[in-house]
Amino acid sequence: MYTQALNAGPEAAERTIEDAAILARFQERIDAEERIEPNDFMPAAYRKTLIRQISQHAHSEIVGMLPEGNWITRAPSLRRKAALLAKVQDECGHGLYLYAAAETLGVSREELIDQLLSGKAKYSSIFNYPTLSWADIGAIGWLVDGAAIMNQIPLCRCSYGPYARAMIRVCKEESFHQRQGYEIMLALVRGSEAQREMAQDALNRWWWPCLMMFGPPDADSRHSEASTRWKIKRFSNDELRQKFVDATVPQARYLGLTIPDPDLRFNEETGHWDYGAIDWEEFRQVIAGNGPCNADRMAARRKAHEDGAWVREAACAHAAKSRVRAAA
Amino acid sequence: MASGSIRVAETPFVSYLLRRADDALVLGHRLSEWCGHAPMMEEEMALANMGLDLIGQARALYGHAGAVEAAGHDEDDFAYLRDERGYRNLLLVEQRNGDFARTIVRQFLYAAFAEPYWRAMMASRDATLAAIAAKAEKEMTYHVRHCAEWIVRLGDGTAESRTRTIAALTDLWPFTGELFEVDEGDRAVIADGIGIDPETLRVPWRRTVAHVLAEAGLEVPKEGFMRNGGRIGRHSEHLGHLLAEMQYLQRSMPGENW
Repeated sequence: MYTQALNAGPEAAERTIEDAAILARFQERIDAEERIEPNDFMPAAYRKTLIRQISQHAHSEIVGMLPEGNWITRAPSLRRKAALLAKVQDECGHGLYLYAAAETLGVSREELIDQLLSGKAKYSSIFNYPTLSWADIGAIGWLVDGAAIMNQIPLCRCSYGPYARAMIRVCKEESFHQRQGYEIMLALVRGSEAQREMAQDALNRWWWPCLMMFGPPDADSRHSEASTRWKIKRFSNDELRQKFVDATVPQARYLGLTIPDPDLRFNEETGHWDYGAIDWEEFRQVIAGNGPCNADRMAARRKAHEDGAWVREAACAHAAKSRVRAAA
Repeated sequence: MASGSIRVAETPFVSYLLRRADDALVLGHRLSEWCGHAPMMEEEMALANMGLDLIGQARALYGHAGAVEAAGHDEDDFAYLRDERGYRNLLLVEQRNGDFARTIVRQFLYAAFAEPYWRAMMASRDATLAAIAAKAEKEMTYHVRHCAEWIVRLGDGTAESRTRTIAALTDLWPFTGELFEVDEGDRAVIADGIGIDPETLRVPWRRTVAHVLAEAGLEVPKEGFMRNGGRIGRHSEHLGHLLAEMQYLQRSMPGENW
């Protein structure tokens, strides 16, 4: 019974005999655009890839609450304050149902959170950059959520059903978040000189890290080939990055802001915007833990987890006592 | 007004509205401080939800206060351009979050009052206030339910959670007297049929508190000295820091649109 692998977890799945015929049948289902559901057969490597990707995505949502949370208490109007709090709450919701989607693959939320807190699991490099001004909240909504949408729209057609369905709702909310961010930028560029300067400074700092969000260039991407064959990934890193640049350049122009790339120019032949060289060494350093905020982000997550331990224990103890009382 | 603090013409009705609005904003702000740091994701979302309810209530009440005052002040003027002596909130809501037990107990003590308060206010002679009350009452019902469930979990859960909850109750109890305080201005608003006498809520409030604490295996703290001053702008030291943070951009870059 291949379906046992669901409850037994990925380790057991790896022990499963995956003969060629079954694997071929699986690939046929993928090629026919069928959705793979939790109780269906899936190769161990497919399961492992999805657990890694979905949990990284969930971790990113949760860690991503911190840079924006940094401005909730300082939002400059009650309308902005309410919108930002609601937005960050949405991100938590995304994290919650992404962990739930990962759980359909046979891991628990607790295991995944332990992997995050121990540093074993990764999250998006972008959240290791600081939010230094209110304009950063605009830039994150506009650019970071914009980049996330580019990444996630194709995931709505991901071959794994629970992930694909989660992405439909996530994308709707992200689209709202992006408009929220762009609207913050619009208010700033229509404001005073100091506000425009604040907006430009935010774009200067967030532009390149946002391009890095799509991951290493195709030539260096480790996980791409199998993910593409399994229709987890529909576009390459570089393809998505190009889509993002093409979509964003006109938006920046409308704002009257300058993208901090002297090599940026429209290529008449390809119909795309060519952009300058990305500093991949910076990306490697941030992934390796040396970004401006890696230590702060992890410290904040660990502190929340540790400070909340007694609350979770109390809830479990009360639930256990209630069960005993109900049985008596 | 481009900079500095605004001057509010505090008629009894304007004060009455600002007191409720300030309660909601300060408590909503306190809840928003939890964002990203809650004990679990479900609670992260619940705390944000309750915070959003309160910030929404504050906005509606400030908007109404602006209309009643008729001096051109909008919700942000009231929120961002008054200093701590101009704020009229209860001392209870400005108390620091502390641990999760303290936040939940503070929320419970307030919500157990605000729920019947807003229910009664649905009969206010002021149509706007009655409409605000109808929305707020639904929200506060949820706050009471959510906090009550947690107080039972924490009171019944572990020795540690019980100790923390008792400490929170003991520390916050002296701030509950202010819930029922009225001054001459309030009496005029109550006499007009716009406000309601909070004294009529003392029994239902105590009943809710006693019922939930009993279920949690906790005792209602003994009556004793009660603190006040928030309603006339004499606050604890905590509010000034909260406002310094909240008002930072409006104060450092005055007069801008955001």
